[in-house]
Amino acid sequence: MEIYLYIALFAPLVSSLFAALFTATPKKQFVGIIASLLIFTAFVSSSILLTHILGTGEIVHVELMTWMATGNLYIPFGFVVDQVSVTMMMVVTLVSTIVHIYSIGYMDHDSGFNRFFSYLSAFVFSMMILVMSDNFAGLFIGWEGVGLCSWLLIGFWFHKESATWAANEAFIMNRIADLGMLIGIFLIYWNTGTLQYDGAFAAFGNLDQTTLTLIGIFLFIGAMGKSAQFPLHTWLADAMEGPTPVSALIHAATMVTAGVYLVVRSHELYALIPNVGLFIASLGAFVAIFAASMALVNRDIKRVIAYSTLSQLGYMFAAAGLGAYWVALFHLMAHAFFKALLFLGGGNVMHAMNNELDPFKMGALGKTMKGTMIMMTLASVALAGIFPLAGFFSKDLILEVAFVDHHFIIYTVLLLTAGLTAFYSFRIIALIFHGEDRHTALGHHPHEAYKFMLVAMSPLLILAIIAGFTMKMPYFEMVTELLPATEYHIHSHTTYWIMTIGTQLFVMLAIFFAYKKYMCSSVKIPDGTSKMENNFFYKLLINQYYIPYFYEAYIVKIYKALSVVCWEQIDKKIVDASVDGIANIFYNTGKNTRQMQSGNLSTMLKWMVAGTVALLSLAVVFGLAAKYSDEITIVLSSLGV
Amino acid sequence: MMEIGLNHYLVLSTILFTIGLIGVMRRKNLLLLFFATEILLNAVNVGFAAISHYYGDLTGQMFAFFVIAIAASELAVGLGLLIVWHKRHGTIDLDTMTSMRG
Amino acid sequence: MFEAVAFYLFAFLTITMFYITVTTSQALYALSALAAGMIFISAFFFILGADFLGAVQIIVYTGAVMALYAFGMMFFDTTREVKENHGNQYIVVGLGTLAAILVVVIFAVPMVSTNMQAFYPMTEGAGNTEMVGMVLFTKYLVPFEVAALMLLVAMVAGIVLAGKKMDLSLTLMNAEEIQEIEDQKNKKVLS
Repeated sequence: MEIYLYIALFAPLVSSLFAALFTATPKKQFVGIIASLLIFTAFVSSSILLTHILGTGEIVHVELMTWMATGNLYIPFGFVVDQVSVTMMMVVTLVSTIVHIYSIGYMDHDSGFNRFFSYLSAFVFSMMILVMSDNFAGLFIGWEGVGLCSWLLIGFWFHKESATWAANEAFIMNRIADLGMLIGIFLIYWNTGTLQYDGAFAAFGNLDQTTLTLIGIFLFIGAMGKSAQFPLHTWLADAMEGPTPVSALIHAATMVTAGVYLVVRSHELYALIPNVGLFIASLGAFVAIFAASMALVNRDIKRVIAYSTLSQLGYMFAAAGLGAYWVALFHLMAHAFFKALLFLGGGNVMHAMNNELDPFKMGALGKTMKGTMIMMTLASVALAGIFPLAGFFSKDLILEVAFVDHHFIIYTVLLLTAGLTAFYSFRIIALIFHGEDRHTALGHHPHEAYKFMLVAMSPLLILAIIAGFTMKMPYFEMVTELLPATEYHIHSHTTYWIMTIGTQLFVMLAIFFAYKKYMCSSVKIPDGTSKMENNFFYKLLINQYYIPYFYEAYIVKIYKALSVVCWEQIDKKIVDASVDGIANIFYNTGKNTRQMQSGNLSTMLKWMVAGTVALLSLAVVFGLAAKYSDEITIVLSSLGV
Repeated sequence: MMEIGLNHYLVLSTILFTIGLIGVMRRKNLLLLFFATEILLNAVNVGFAAISHYYGDLTGQMFAFFVIAIAASELAVGLGLLIVWHKRHGTIDLDTMTSMRG
Repeated sequence: MFEAVAFYLFAFLTITMFYITVTTSQALYALSALAAGMIFISAFFFILGADFLGAVQIIVYTGAVMALYAFGMMFFDTTREVKENHGNQYIVVGLGTLAAILVVVIFAVPMVSTNMQAFYPMTEGAGNTEMVGMVLFTKYLVPFEVAALMLLVAMVAGIVLAGKKMDLSLTLMNAEEIQEIEDQKNKKVLS
């Protein structure tokens, strides 16, 4: 089985390096095809590992080599494939295979075609390291690796000012969070003496509550950055500057869920500190409704989907914080499928509309883009959580968890968010595909994407439909061998049915409302004059609660001012001055002593005599020192030298 | 004071040497510079002879002897070079020799 | 008593002569003072019992060296004075004095003089010239021969350097100048 592990791990690396060979050359179709094939190989290997684990229940654990061994510190390049990591591997390899194939079509006309595949495969490799590592150090490498690839891919169109800005924002936000994570990892090593998951978790039982809480909080800060939780959430929406396949793979399906994975992976830690868990759940619920509210009014398809991702991540954290780790992981998986599908569909629309992102400028695209419309509609249905699609099973489960655990505030918030989710999802569906034709007037002539792109998306569609009812039970049985097997059942059947049907009706109502509002022929391209747009809440939401402005004004500006002060006062006047001073000493020494070399023999003779005098003085000094060496020793020793 | 010892000769030798050094440093005429070098060599010779006398050892005299030989050779070659220089440049001023300028 | 008087007298004379040599602006004065100084130096050698060295000093310096300098002076146009720009005299005198003081200090440190031992003690009863001859042709034979060779080389070098055509340097000339010399040679042969 080890061989499959290595294939799954290293095929993306090979793919990345192969594509990297052609980065300086013009577009080559076969680069994309070979990269896709190699990622597909990784997917096949992951599937074999999955069947192995499903069949035998035995965990594959290998140690590639020793990485660090100094004193008591021993960190190997160890990889583990267990029920949790194999789930992540399946999600990562499946979505990335599809995204790779899709990108062949999507990046068709881009000059950075080969480079794109190199980055994308490098991302998959980093992600595989992240999920497969058997210790925190390896996890951190993968963590930073995906951060780097995310930066590269968000800033893929680096000639665009906004893209580089967004890439840097994402990178810097993540660095802030990673500092927290690093402190958490240091604390773990400090207190347990190991970074291996099993060793560290076994040692947690002996630690006091304060230390555990600190570790839990610092690790969660890392997770907050990567999963864009409040208050580090602003980068995710801006990250939509990257190519759409990147948004689908990194900023919806895989990388942003790494935070959830970390919490799930550290469930033994969080089980010991339920207060932190409750905080995570509360923050998750808050982010869910917070992000959903911003999605309600946004006029950018990709940003709406990004906020929706943020909101769904909030759901996952809510579940994980409440101790329902398997539920969180299940929602992660289901979400990856339908969210990637939604993004790829959005990509098709963008492609058709020449990168137009405002849904108000589209409308009636359903006529020309039937395939995309069906896919996006079904993905939205799944996202909204309508029976029997994937979202219903995973999301309703989270609601049940909150209800059963008597966290009614969280439950209410999440329920409300479900309604909002349905509304904004169908708001953009209605605006894009239905209603009046608003794009022809703007000179767009949409066309359907390549056939093979739609075919590549179809596995996601199928999974988004069937993942819920076919996979829930087998998945539960598999993953609970590792995670706490808590089943959440509402004791009273009546309550259960009322809740389920009530939720469904609420969601349906929201969808109906969205269609009604945005399909009618009176929808106009907003121009800032309508009554709604001058509403206080609308302004608050469209400006993202003014948080980016707040950061800009109170953090970035202050930091920049501080940097300027440091630059002008410390760097220029101390660091530069000392370096320049040293240089000037040598320069002036050379300048002054150069006169010795005037070529005038008389001067040279004088210097010769001066040298003789110097040597004679040395002779006197050393002669005296030799003669009075005993006395000198006594004097020095009395001085304590 | 009346008893002349080794130190008297050494001090004399030093004084003569200093005069030579001053000459070497201040002379700009190459020929006169050669005179100064002769003074240096003779100052040393006095020292050698004195040490030889007061220690009853002939080595000092031998060295003085060879120093005279070296002085003679140096003079022969030095004057030859001086003549060449004078022929080519028409001057023996030390300040005009700046071909070794770094 | 006689020794002391002689020492101080000749010390005074030598220093005066050498002082004139290094300070006078007249080359002829300098030459004469130097010659006188050399002879006075030889007086010290006689006082110290180094008769042979004294004789050599007079012969070599006043006989050969001074004659050579005199010829040299005649060769150079002595009427055309080299204008000596002395610059800062304090540096010159200061350095010289400092060197002198240091040397005296080194000699004054007793360990230098107490550690000396005679390698070739003087034989009682033998004359100075005899002893010099014995040591020079036994212990210092090879250096003596080398010195002789060196004098020969110096003589040849002096003749060659001061000889004809030495104002030309083939290495420092460019091709045209060399060609010109060649042409002149050929002309002479033809004519």
